[in-house]
Amino acid sequence: MTETVRSLEAAIALIEDGMQVVVAPDHSGVAMEATRLLIRRGVKNLRLITLPASGLQADMLIGAGSLAEIETAAVSLGELGTGPRFAAAALAGDGPVIRDATCPVLHAAVQAGEKDVPFAMLRGVIGSDLLKVRPDWKVIENPFALPGESDPILAVPAIKPDVALFHAPFADAVGNVWVGRRREFFTMAHASAHTVVTVESLHDGNLLENELLAGATIPNFYIDAVAIAQKGAWPLRFANHYAEDSVHLAEYMRLAGSELGFRRYLERYVFERRAA
Amino acid sequence: MSTAHLSPEMLLIDVILRLITGAKHVAIGANSPIPAHAAFLAQRLGGGRPHVSLQQSPKHNLFTDGGVELFDAAGQGRIDVFFLSGAQIDGAGDINLVSIGDYAHPKARFPGSFGSAYLYFVVPRVILFRLEHSRRTLVEKVDFISAPGTSPQGVYRKGGPIALVTPLCHFAFDRERARFRLESVHPGHSVEEVLDQTGFAFDRPETVPVTPEPAPAVLALLRETIAPELASIYPKFAARVFDIPMASSASRSSA
Repeated sequence: MTETVRSLEAAIALIEDGMQVVVAPDHSGVAMEATRLLIRRGVKNLRLITLPASGLQADMLIGAGSLAEIETAAVSLGELGTGPRFAAAALAGDGPVIRDATCPVLHAAVQAGEKDVPFAMLRGVIGSDLLKVRPDWKVIENPFALPGESDPILAVPAIKPDVALFHAPFADAVGNVWVGRRREFFTMAHASAHTVVTVESLHDGNLLENELLAGATIPNFYIDAVAIAQKGAWPLRFANHYAEDSVHLAEYMRLAGSELGFRRYLERYVFERRAA
Repeated sequence: MSTAHLSPEMLLIDVILRLITGAKHVAIGANSPIPAHAAFLAQRLGGGRPHVSLQQSPKHNLFTDGGVELFDAAGQGRIDVFFLSGAQIDGAGDINLVSIGDYAHPKARFPGSFGSAYLYFVVPRVILFRLEHSRRTLVEKVDFISAPGTSPQGVYRKGGPIALVTPLCHFAFDRERARFRLESVHPGHSVEEVLDQTGFAFDRPETVPVTPEPAPAVLALLRETIAPELASIYPKFAARVFDIPMASSASRSSA
Protein backbone atom coordinates (compact mmCIF):
# COMPACT_ATOMS: atom_id res chain seq x y z
CA MET A 1 0.00 0.00 0.00
CA THR A 2 1.44 3.39 -0.95
CA GLU A 3 0.63 6.72 0.58
CA THR A 4 -2.11 7.35 -1.98
CA VAL A 5 -4.48 5.14 -0.03
CA ARG A 6 -5.07 6.74 3.33
CA SER A 7 -7.65 7.48 5.97
CA LEU A 8 -10.66 9.60 5.09
CA GLU A 9 -9.47 12.37 7.40
CA ALA A 10 -6.03 12.46 5.76
CA ALA A 11 -7.58 12.41 2.26
CA ILE A 12 -9.96 15.26 3.02
CA ALA A 13 -7.13 17.31 4.55
CA LEU A 14 -6.04 17.99 0.96
CA ILE A 15 -9.18 20.08 0.42
CA GLU A 16 -8.34 23.47 1.88
CA ASP A 17 -10.39 26.58 2.55
CA GLY A 18 -10.85 28.73 -0.52
CA MET A 19 -10.17 25.96 -3.03
CA GLN A 20 -12.09 25.54 -6.27
CA VAL A 21 -13.62 22.08 -6.01
CA VAL A 22 -15.32 20.15 -8.81
CA VAL A 23 -17.88 17.50 -7.85
CA ALA A 24 -20.07 14.87 -9.46
CA PRO A 25 -23.82 14.82 -10.20
CA ASP A 26 -26.18 13.08 -7.81
CA HIS A 27 -26.41 9.46 -8.97
CA SER A 28 -22.98 9.02 -10.48
CA GLY A 29 -20.76 8.83 -7.43
CA VAL A 30 -21.00 11.66 -4.93
CA ALA A 31 -18.57 11.64 -2.01
CA MET A 32 -21.19 12.29 0.67
CA GLU A 33 -19.27 10.80 3.60
CA ALA A 34 -16.36 13.04 2.62
CA THR A 35 -18.75 15.99 2.41
CA ARG A 36 -20.06 15.37 5.92
CA LEU A 37 -16.46 15.26 7.13
CA LEU A 38 -15.67 18.53 5.36
CA ILE A 39 -18.63 20.20 7.05
CA ARG A 40 -17.62 18.74 10.43
CA ARG A 41 -14.15 20.16 9.91
CA GLY A 42 -15.69 23.57 9.21
CA VAL A 43 -14.31 24.06 5.69
CA LYS A 44 -14.91 27.58 4.40
CA ASN A 45 -15.02 29.64 1.21
CA LEU A 46 -14.95 26.76 -1.22
CA ARG A 47 -15.73 27.65 -4.83
CA LEU A 48 -17.86 24.74 -5.95
CA ILE A 49 -18.25 23.61 -9.56
CA THR A 50 -20.95 21.00 -10.03
CA LEU A 51 -20.24 18.92 -13.11
CA PRO A 52 -22.80 19.61 -14.29
CA ALA A 53 -25.51 19.70 -11.63
CA SER A 54 -25.89 18.66 -8.01
CA GLY A 55 -28.49 18.05 -5.35
CA LEU A 56 -27.92 17.09 -1.73
CA GLN A 57 -24.17 17.67 -1.75
CA ALA A 58 -24.33 21.26 -2.98
CA ASP A 59 -27.40 22.02 -0.89
CA MET A 60 -25.74 20.83 2.33
CA LEU A 61 -22.53 22.75 1.64
CA ILE A 62 -24.55 25.91 0.96
CA GLY A 63 -26.59 25.48 4.14
CA ALA A 64 -23.48 24.79 6.20
CA GLY A 65 -21.90 28.04 5.02
CA SER A 66 -18.98 26.24 3.37
CA LEU A 67 -19.17 27.95 -0.01
CA ALA A 68 -18.05 31.34 -1.28
CA GLU A 69 -19.55 30.56 -4.65
CA ILE A 70 -21.22 27.83 -6.66
CA GLU A 71 -21.15 27.41 -10.43
CA THR A 72 -23.90 25.06 -11.49
CA ALA A 73 -26.40 24.07 -14.18
CA ALA A 74 -28.92 23.16 -11.45
CA VAL A 75 -29.29 22.24 -7.77
CA SER A 76 -32.13 19.76 -7.65
CA LEU A 77 -33.11 16.77 -5.52
CA GLY A 78 -35.05 15.27 -8.43
CA GLU A 79 -38.66 14.46 -7.61
CA LEU A 80 -38.21 16.18 -4.25
CA GLY A 81 -37.59 19.54 -5.90
CA THR A 82 -35.15 22.43 -5.82
CA GLY A 83 -32.40 22.27 -3.18
CA PRO A 84 -34.03 24.10 -0.24
CA ARG A 85 -30.88 25.74 1.13
CA PHE A 86 -29.91 26.76 -2.42
CA ALA A 87 -33.30 28.38 -3.00
CA ALA A 88 -33.24 30.07 0.42
CA ALA A 89 -29.77 31.49 -0.25
CA ALA A 90 -30.88 32.84 -3.63
CA LEU A 91 -33.90 34.55 -2.12
CA ALA A 92 -32.08 35.96 0.89
CA GLY A 93 -29.13 37.05 -1.22
CA ASP A 94 -26.79 36.24 1.66
CA GLY A 95 -25.37 32.90 0.59
CA PRO A 96 -22.65 32.03 -1.88
CA VAL A 97 -22.46 33.79 -5.23
CA ILE A 98 -24.52 31.70 -7.64
CA ARG A 99 -23.04 31.44 -11.13
CA ASP A 100 -25.79 29.93 -13.25
CA ALA A 101 -24.63 27.78 -16.14
CA THR A 102 -25.89 25.04 -18.46
CA CYS A 103 -24.62 21.45 -18.42
CA PRO A 104 -22.67 21.16 -21.67
CA VAL A 105 -20.91 24.50 -21.12
CA LEU A 106 -19.54 23.20 -17.83
CA HIS A 107 -18.40 19.97 -19.47
CA ALA A 108 -16.72 21.91 -22.28
CA ALA A 109 -15.05 24.33 -19.86
CA VAL A 110 -13.53 21.50 -17.79
CA GLN A 111 -12.47 19.77 -21.02
CA ALA A 112 -10.67 22.98 -21.98
CA GLY A 113 -9.05 22.88 -18.54
CA GLU A 114 -8.02 19.31 -19.30
CA LYS A 115 -6.18 20.56 -22.40
CA ASP A 116 -4.91 23.64 -20.58
CA VAL A 117 -6.20 25.94 -23.30
CA PRO A 118 -7.75 29.30 -22.37
CA PHE A 119 -11.33 28.75 -23.47
CA ALA A 120 -13.95 26.32 -24.71
CA MET A 121 -16.53 26.96 -27.37
CA LEU A 122 -20.01 25.58 -27.83
CA ARG A 123 -23.10 26.00 -30.00
CA GLY A 124 -26.36 27.18 -28.53
CA VAL A 125 -26.78 29.58 -25.60
CA ILE A 126 -26.86 32.75 -27.74
CA GLY A 127 -30.12 34.49 -26.83
CA SER A 128 -30.27 32.93 -23.34
CA ASP A 129 -30.31 35.29 -20.35
CA LEU A 130 -27.40 33.23 -19.01
CA LEU A 131 -25.30 35.54 -21.19
CA LYS A 132 -26.68 38.52 -19.31
CA VAL A 133 -25.70 37.14 -15.91
CA ARG A 134 -22.39 35.61 -16.97
CA PRO A 135 -20.24 38.52 -18.19
CA ASP A 136 -17.31 36.10 -18.27
CA TRP A 137 -18.99 34.24 -21.13
CA LYS A 138 -18.43 35.81 -24.54
CA VAL A 139 -19.85 35.51 -28.04
CA ILE A 140 -17.05 35.47 -30.58
CA GLU A 141 -16.87 35.18 -34.34
CA ASN A 142 -15.91 31.77 -35.67
CA PRO A 143 -12.46 32.56 -37.14
CA PHE A 144 -13.00 29.86 -39.76
CA ALA A 145 -16.39 31.05 -41.05
CA LEU A 146 -16.69 31.40 -44.79
CA PRO A 147 -15.52 34.78 -46.11
CA GLY A 148 -18.25 37.36 -45.84
CA GLU A 149 -20.31 35.15 -43.50
CA SER A 150 -20.90 35.77 -39.82
CA ASP A 151 -20.94 32.76 -37.52
CA PRO A 152 -21.19 33.79 -33.86
CA ILE A 153 -20.33 31.14 -31.28
CA LEU A 154 -20.15 31.01 -27.48
CA ALA A 155 -16.71 31.08 -25.84
CA VAL A 156 -16.28 30.40 -22.11
CA PRO A 157 -13.17 30.43 -19.89
CA ALA A 158 -11.55 27.08 -19.17
CA ILE A 159 -12.11 25.62 -15.70
CA LYS A 160 -9.04 24.18 -13.95
CA PRO A 161 -10.14 23.24 -10.44
CA ASP A 162 -7.82 22.97 -7.46
CA VAL A 163 -9.36 19.65 -6.51
CA ALA A 164 -11.77 17.06 -7.87
CA LEU A 165 -13.81 15.11 -5.30
CA PHE A 166 -15.94 12.06 -6.13
CA HIS A 167 -16.89 8.56 -5.04
CA ALA A 168 -15.97 5.53 -7.14
CA PRO A 169 -16.65 1.79 -6.86
CA PHE A 170 -13.07 0.66 -6.23
CA ALA A 171 -9.40 1.49 -6.44
CA ASP A 172 -6.31 -0.67 -6.08
CA ALA A 173 -3.63 -0.53 -3.43
CA VAL A 174 -1.42 1.72 -5.53
CA GLY A 175 -4.16 4.28 -6.08
CA ASN A 176 -5.45 3.54 -9.60
CA VAL A 177 -9.20 4.31 -9.53
CA TRP A 178 -11.87 2.41 -11.50
CA VAL A 179 -14.73 4.70 -12.52
CA GLY A 180 -16.64 2.76 -15.17
CA ARG A 181 -18.61 4.91 -17.58
CA ARG A 182 -18.08 8.13 -15.68
CA ARG A 183 -16.06 9.96 -18.30
CA GLU A 184 -16.53 13.19 -16.37
CA PHE A 185 -14.42 11.72 -13.55
CA PHE A 186 -11.56 11.31 -16.02
CA THR A 187 -12.04 14.88 -17.20
CA MET A 188 -12.24 16.17 -13.63
CA ALA A 189 -9.04 14.33 -12.63
CA HIS A 190 -7.18 15.47 -15.74
CA ALA A 191 -8.22 19.11 -15.34
CA SER A 192 -7.73 19.44 -11.58
CA ALA A 193 -4.50 20.06 -9.73
CA HIS A 194 -5.49 17.45 -7.12
CA THR A 195 -7.95 14.54 -7.02
CA VAL A 196 -9.45 13.04 -3.89
CA VAL A 197 -11.57 9.92 -4.23
CA THR A 198 -13.52 7.77 -1.82
CA VAL A 199 -14.22 4.17 -2.80
CA GLU A 200 -16.39 1.30 -1.62
CA SER A 201 -13.51 -1.16 -1.61
CA LEU A 202 -9.98 -1.98 -2.73
CA HIS A 203 -9.42 -4.20 -5.71
CA ASP A 204 -6.94 -7.00 -5.29
CA GLY A 205 -4.25 -6.57 -7.95
CA ASN A 206 -3.21 -3.75 -10.25
CA LEU A 207 -6.12 -2.34 -12.26
CA LEU A 208 -3.88 -1.20 -15.11
CA GLU A 209 -2.67 -4.77 -15.65
CA ASN A 210 -6.22 -5.94 -16.39
CA GLU A 211 -7.21 -5.01 -19.94
CA LEU A 212 -10.91 -5.34 -19.20
CA LEU A 213 -10.70 -2.86 -16.34
CA ALA A 214 -7.89 -0.55 -17.44
CA GLY A 215 -9.95 1.44 -19.93
CA ALA A 216 -12.26 2.61 -17.18
CA THR A 217 -9.44 3.31 -14.70
CA ILE A 218 -7.88 6.66 -13.83
CA PRO A 219 -4.13 6.03 -13.39
CA ASN A 220 -2.68 6.81 -9.99
CA PHE A 221 -0.49 9.70 -11.15
CA TYR A 222 -3.63 11.86 -11.31
CA ILE A 223 -4.80 10.74 -7.86
CA ASP A 224 -3.62 12.41 -4.67
CA ALA A 225 -5.62 10.40 -2.19
CA VAL A 226 -7.96 7.44 -2.06
CA ALA A 227 -9.91 6.59 1.08
CA ILE A 228 -12.20 3.66 1.67
CA ALA A 229 -15.71 4.78 2.62
CA GLN A 230 -18.29 2.03 2.46
CA LYS A 231 -21.69 3.40 1.51
CA GLY A 232 -19.72 6.57 0.91
CA ALA A 233 -22.41 8.05 -1.33
CA TRP A 234 -25.19 7.55 1.27
CA PRO A 235 -27.97 8.71 1.27
CA LEU A 236 -27.68 9.15 -2.49
CA ARG A 237 -28.03 6.36 -4.97
CA PHE A 238 -24.72 4.99 -6.19
CA ALA A 239 -25.18 3.68 -9.73
CA ASN A 240 -25.94 -0.04 -9.62
CA HIS A 241 -24.49 -0.49 -6.15
CA TYR A 242 -27.19 0.81 -3.87
CA ALA A 243 -30.47 2.67 -4.17
CA GLU A 244 -31.06 6.09 -2.69
CA ASP A 245 -32.33 6.26 0.89
CA SER A 246 -35.66 7.89 0.02
CA VAL A 247 -36.86 7.99 3.62
CA HIS A 248 -33.74 9.92 4.63
CA LEU A 249 -33.97 12.29 1.66
CA ALA A 250 -37.59 13.06 2.49
CA GLU A 251 -36.46 13.84 6.05
CA TYR A 252 -33.75 16.12 4.67
CA MET A 253 -36.24 18.02 2.53
CA ARG A 254 -38.57 18.41 5.49
CA LEU A 255 -35.86 19.68 7.85
CA ALA A 256 -33.80 21.70 5.36
CA GLY A 257 -36.83 23.79 4.42
CA SER A 258 -35.91 26.09 7.27
CA GLU A 259 -32.57 27.26 8.65
CA LEU A 260 -33.42 25.89 12.09
CA GLY A 261 -34.46 22.55 10.65
CA PHE A 262 -31.26 22.37 8.64
CA ARG A 263 -29.20 22.97 11.79
CA ARG A 264 -31.08 20.10 13.37
CA TYR A 265 -30.27 17.91 10.38
CA LEU A 266 -26.56 18.76 10.70
CA GLU A 267 -26.57 18.04 14.43
CA ARG A 268 -28.21 14.71 13.89
CA TYR A 269 -26.38 13.43 10.83
CA VAL A 270 -23.12 15.34 10.57
CA PHE A 271 -21.98 16.32 14.06
CA GLU A 272 -23.43 13.66 16.32
CA ARG A 273 -23.14 10.61 14.08
CA ARG A 274 -20.99 9.73 11.12
CA ALA A 275 -23.55 7.91 9.01
CA ALA A 276 -26.89 6.14 9.33
CA MET B 1 -61.79 3.19 -20.58
CA SER B 2 -63.97 6.14 -19.66
CA THR B 3 -62.53 9.65 -19.57
CA ALA B 4 -63.29 9.81 -15.87
CA HIS B 5 -60.54 7.25 -15.15
CA LEU B 6 -58.08 8.87 -17.49
CA SER B 7 -55.76 11.08 -15.51
CA PRO B 8 -54.24 14.17 -17.20
CA GLU B 9 -50.82 12.52 -16.97
CA MET B 10 -51.99 9.49 -18.95
CA LEU B 11 -53.53 11.68 -21.64
CA LEU B 12 -50.31 13.72 -21.88
CA ILE B 13 -48.32 10.51 -22.20
CA ASP B 14 -50.53 9.53 -25.13
CA VAL B 15 -50.31 12.93 -26.85
CA ILE B 16 -46.53 12.84 -26.54
CA LEU B 17 -46.51 9.26 -27.84
CA ARG B 18 -48.11 10.48 -31.08
CA LEU B 19 -45.57 13.30 -31.38
CA ILE B 20 -42.62 10.91 -31.17
CA THR B 21 -43.65 8.92 -34.24
CA GLY B 22 -40.78 8.11 -36.54
CA ALA B 23 -38.03 9.11 -34.15
CA LYS B 24 -34.85 7.05 -34.10
CA HIS B 25 -33.48 8.21 -30.75
CA VAL B 26 -35.35 9.84 -27.92
CA ALA B 27 -33.47 11.15 -24.88
CA ILE B 28 -35.05 11.77 -21.49
CA GLY B 29 -33.66 14.47 -19.23
CA ALA B 30 -34.04 15.30 -15.56
CA ASN B 31 -37.34 15.06 -13.71
CA SER B 32 -39.31 13.91 -16.76
CA PRO B 33 -41.56 10.94 -15.91
CA ILE B 34 -44.28 11.80 -18.43
CA PRO B 35 -41.92 11.89 -21.44
CA ALA B 36 -40.15 8.79 -20.14
CA HIS B 37 -43.39 6.81 -20.07
CA ALA B 38 -44.32 8.02 -23.57
CA ALA B 39 -40.90 7.17 -24.98
CA PHE B 40 -40.83 3.63 -23.58
CA LEU B 41 -44.39 3.08 -24.75
CA ALA B 42 -43.30 4.14 -28.25
CA GLN B 43 -40.34 1.78 -28.04
CA ARG B 44 -42.52 -1.12 -26.93
CA LEU B 45 -45.07 -0.46 -29.65
CA GLY B 46 -42.28 0.04 -32.20
CA GLY B 47 -40.69 -3.34 -31.60
CA GLY B 48 -37.58 -1.90 -29.98
CA ARG B 49 -37.33 1.49 -31.69
CA PRO B 50 -36.82 4.33 -31.04
CA HIS B 51 -33.67 4.06 -28.91
CA VAL B 52 -34.55 5.64 -25.58
CA SER B 53 -31.78 7.04 -23.40
CA LEU B 54 -32.58 7.54 -19.76
CA GLN B 55 -29.37 8.31 -17.89
CA GLN B 56 -30.81 7.69 -14.44
CA SER B 57 -31.63 4.11 -15.34
CA PRO B 58 -28.85 1.50 -15.27
CA LYS B 59 -30.78 -0.56 -17.82
CA HIS B 60 -31.64 2.30 -20.17
CA ASN B 61 -28.51 4.40 -20.02
CA LEU B 62 -27.22 3.99 -23.55
CA PHE B 63 -24.25 6.25 -22.97
CA THR B 64 -20.88 4.85 -21.95
CA ASP B 65 -18.88 8.04 -22.02
CA GLY B 66 -20.29 9.93 -19.07
CA GLY B 67 -22.58 12.94 -18.79
CA VAL B 68 -21.09 14.83 -21.71
CA GLU B 69 -22.16 12.23 -24.27
CA LEU B 70 -25.83 13.19 -24.46
CA PHE B 71 -24.84 16.74 -25.41
CA ASP B 72 -22.22 15.72 -27.94
CA ALA B 73 -24.62 13.21 -29.53
CA ALA B 74 -27.35 15.87 -29.67
CA GLY B 75 -24.94 18.36 -31.20
CA GLN B 76 -24.19 15.83 -33.92
CA GLY B 77 -27.89 15.47 -34.68
CA ARG B 78 -28.14 11.94 -33.27
CA ILE B 79 -30.96 12.79 -30.83
CA ASP B 80 -34.30 13.37 -32.60
CA VAL B 81 -36.50 14.17 -29.63
CA PHE B 82 -35.94 15.79 -26.25
CA PHE B 83 -38.31 17.23 -23.68
CA LEU B 84 -38.20 20.44 -21.72
CA SER B 85 -40.39 22.23 -19.26
CA GLY B 86 -40.00 25.39 -17.23
CA ALA B 87 -41.45 27.25 -14.31
CA GLN B 88 -42.61 29.69 -17.01
CA ILE B 89 -43.11 29.30 -20.75
CA ASP B 90 -44.01 32.27 -22.92
CA GLY B 91 -45.78 32.77 -26.24
CA ALA B 92 -42.51 32.92 -28.18
CA GLY B 93 -41.48 29.52 -26.82
CA ASP B 94 -38.93 30.90 -24.35
CA ILE B 95 -38.53 28.82 -21.20
CA ASN B 96 -37.53 29.85 -17.67
CA LEU B 97 -35.93 27.34 -15.29
CA VAL B 98 -34.15 29.86 -13.11
CA SER B 99 -36.14 32.49 -11.23
CA ILE B 100 -39.14 34.79 -10.96
CA GLY B 101 -38.59 38.48 -10.39
CA ASP B 102 -35.28 40.31 -10.52
CA TYR B 103 -32.49 37.76 -11.03
CA ALA B 104 -30.30 39.35 -8.36
CA HIS B 105 -33.17 39.44 -5.82
CA PRO B 106 -35.61 36.77 -6.96
CA LYS B 107 -39.07 36.11 -5.56
CA ALA B 108 -38.75 32.43 -6.44
CA ARG B 109 -35.72 30.34 -7.35
CA PHE B 110 -35.84 27.08 -9.38
CA PRO B 111 -33.11 24.48 -9.81
CA GLY B 112 -31.49 25.99 -12.90
CA SER B 113 -31.35 25.66 -16.64
CA PHE B 114 -29.88 22.11 -16.75
CA GLY B 115 -28.91 21.51 -20.42
CA SER B 116 -31.74 23.51 -21.93
CA ALA B 117 -29.67 26.44 -23.15
CA TYR B 118 -27.91 24.05 -25.52
CA LEU B 119 -30.33 21.22 -26.28
CA TYR B 120 -33.09 23.65 -27.33
CA PHE B 121 -30.81 24.70 -30.20
CA VAL B 122 -29.70 21.32 -31.53
CA VAL B 123 -32.52 18.79 -31.05
CA PRO B 124 -34.93 18.95 -34.01
CA ARG B 125 -38.05 18.02 -32.02
CA VAL B 126 -38.20 19.49 -28.54
CA ILE B 127 -41.55 18.80 -26.89
CA LEU B 128 -42.49 21.15 -24.07
CA PHE B 129 -44.75 19.83 -21.33
CA ARG B 130 -46.26 21.59 -18.32
CA LEU B 131 -48.54 19.97 -15.74
CA GLU B 132 -49.92 23.29 -14.53
CA HIS B 133 -51.68 25.30 -17.27
CA SER B 134 -52.39 28.76 -15.88
CA ARG B 135 -51.57 32.42 -16.40
CA ARG B 136 -48.90 31.87 -13.74
CA THR B 137 -47.03 29.33 -15.84
CA LEU B 138 -47.91 30.22 -19.43
CA VAL B 139 -46.95 33.88 -19.50
CA GLU B 140 -46.64 36.67 -22.02
CA LYS B 141 -42.89 36.99 -21.36
CA VAL B 142 -40.70 34.89 -19.06
CA ASP B 143 -38.80 36.60 -16.25
CA PHE B 144 -35.58 34.83 -17.23
CA ILE B 145 -34.80 33.19 -20.56
CA SER B 146 -33.02 29.92 -19.85
CA ALA B 147 -33.45 29.07 -23.53
CA PRO B 148 -35.10 31.16 -26.30
CA GLY B 149 -37.84 29.64 -28.47
CA THR B 150 -36.30 30.84 -31.72
CA SER B 151 -33.12 32.51 -32.87
CA PRO B 152 -32.42 35.27 -35.41
CA GLN B 153 -31.00 34.49 -38.82
CA GLY B 154 -27.27 34.05 -38.61
CA VAL B 155 -27.33 32.24 -35.26
CA TYR B 156 -26.58 28.53 -35.64
CA ARG B 157 -29.70 26.58 -34.74
CA LYS B 158 -30.81 23.16 -35.93
CA GLY B 159 -33.67 22.53 -33.57
CA GLY B 160 -36.23 23.90 -31.18
CA PRO B 161 -39.76 23.47 -29.84
CA ILE B 162 -42.42 21.74 -31.90
CA ALA B 163 -45.21 21.51 -29.35
CA LEU B 164 -46.41 22.35 -25.85
CA VAL B 165 -48.58 19.78 -24.08
CA THR B 166 -50.61 20.57 -20.94
CA PRO B 167 -53.56 18.99 -19.08
CA LEU B 168 -55.88 21.32 -21.01
CA CYS B 169 -54.62 21.16 -24.57
CA HIS B 170 -51.97 20.58 -27.18
CA PHE B 171 -50.27 23.55 -28.87
CA ALA B 172 -48.07 23.23 -31.94
CA PHE B 173 -45.18 25.69 -32.24
CA ASP B 174 -44.82 27.63 -35.50
CA ARG B 175 -41.12 28.38 -35.91
CA GLU B 176 -41.68 30.91 -38.71
CA ARG B 177 -44.17 32.91 -36.70
CA ALA B 178 -42.43 32.25 -33.34
CA ARG B 179 -45.88 31.57 -31.93
CA PHE B 180 -48.00 28.71 -30.66
CA ARG B 181 -51.09 27.43 -32.47
CA LEU B 182 -53.82 25.54 -30.65
CA GLU B 183 -53.93 22.04 -32.18
CA SER B 184 -56.53 20.38 -29.96
CA VAL B 185 -58.33 20.76 -26.66
CA HIS B 186 -58.53 17.74 -24.36
CA PRO B 187 -61.85 16.00 -23.62
CA GLY B 188 -63.77 17.79 -20.89
CA HIS B 189 -62.09 21.16 -21.58
CA SER B 190 -62.94 24.06 -23.87
CA VAL B 191 -61.28 26.68 -26.05
CA GLU B 192 -62.69 29.33 -23.68
CA GLU B 193 -60.94 27.64 -20.77
CA VAL B 194 -57.67 27.60 -22.68
CA LEU B 195 -58.04 31.29 -23.56
CA ASP B 196 -58.87 32.09 -19.96
CA GLN B 197 -55.93 30.15 -18.50
CA THR B 198 -53.22 31.15 -20.98
CA GLY B 199 -51.23 34.32 -20.46
CA PHE B 200 -49.86 34.46 -24.00
CA ALA B 201 -51.52 35.13 -27.35
CA PHE B 202 -51.69 32.18 -29.74
CA ASP B 203 -53.13 31.28 -33.14
CA ARG B 204 -56.05 28.90 -33.55
CA PRO B 205 -58.21 27.50 -36.34
CA GLU B 206 -61.91 28.34 -36.54
CA THR B 207 -62.84 24.95 -35.16
CA VAL B 208 -60.44 23.39 -32.69
CA PRO B 209 -60.59 19.57 -32.64
CA VAL B 210 -60.84 17.50 -29.47
CA THR B 211 -57.68 15.57 -28.55
CA PRO B 212 -58.23 11.91 -29.39
CA GLU B 213 -58.41 9.60 -26.38
CA PRO B 214 -55.74 6.93 -25.98
CA ALA B 215 -56.48 3.53 -27.44
CA PRO B 216 -57.45 1.01 -24.70
CA ALA B 217 -54.59 -1.27 -25.74
CA VAL B 218 -52.10 1.58 -25.31
CA LEU B 219 -53.48 2.44 -21.87
CA ALA B 220 -53.31 -1.19 -20.82
CA LEU B 221 -49.67 -1.45 -21.94
CA LEU B 222 -48.90 1.75 -20.06
CA ARG B 223 -50.53 0.67 -16.79
CA GLU B 224 -49.52 -2.98 -16.81
CA THR B 225 -46.03 -2.94 -18.31
CA ILE B 226 -44.40 0.47 -18.69
CA ALA B 227 -45.45 2.07 -15.40
CA PRO B 228 -44.26 -0.83 -13.19
CA GLU B 229 -40.94 -0.91 -15.05
CA LEU B 230 -40.32 2.80 -14.48
CA ALA B 231 -41.63 2.89 -10.91
CA SER B 232 -38.19 2.55 -9.30
CA ILE B 233 -36.96 5.63 -11.18
CA TYR B 234 -40.05 7.76 -10.52
CA PRO B 235 -41.51 6.34 -7.28
CA LYS B 236 -43.61 9.38 -6.39
CA PHE B 237 -45.06 9.59 -9.91
CA ALA B 238 -45.81 5.87 -9.96
CA ALA B 239 -47.60 6.12 -6.62
CA ARG B 240 -49.59 9.20 -7.55
CA VAL B 241 -50.61 8.30 -11.09
CA PHE B 242 -50.63 4.50 -11.22
CA ASP B 243 -51.20 3.58 -7.56
CA ILE B 244 -47.94 1.65 -7.46
CA PRO B 245 -46.93 1.65 -3.78
CA MET B 246 -43.59 3.32 -3.01
CA ALA B 247 -42.25 0.43 -0.92
CA SER B 248 -42.57 -1.90 -3.85
CA SER B 249 -40.97 0.69 -6.14
CA ALA B 250 -37.82 0.62 -4.04
CA SER B 251 -37.53 -3.12 -4.17
CA ARG B 252 -38.04 -3.26 -7.93
CA SER B 253 -34.74 -3.26 -9.72
CA SER B 254 -35.88 -4.00 -13.26
CA ALA B 255 -35.34 -0.44 -14.46
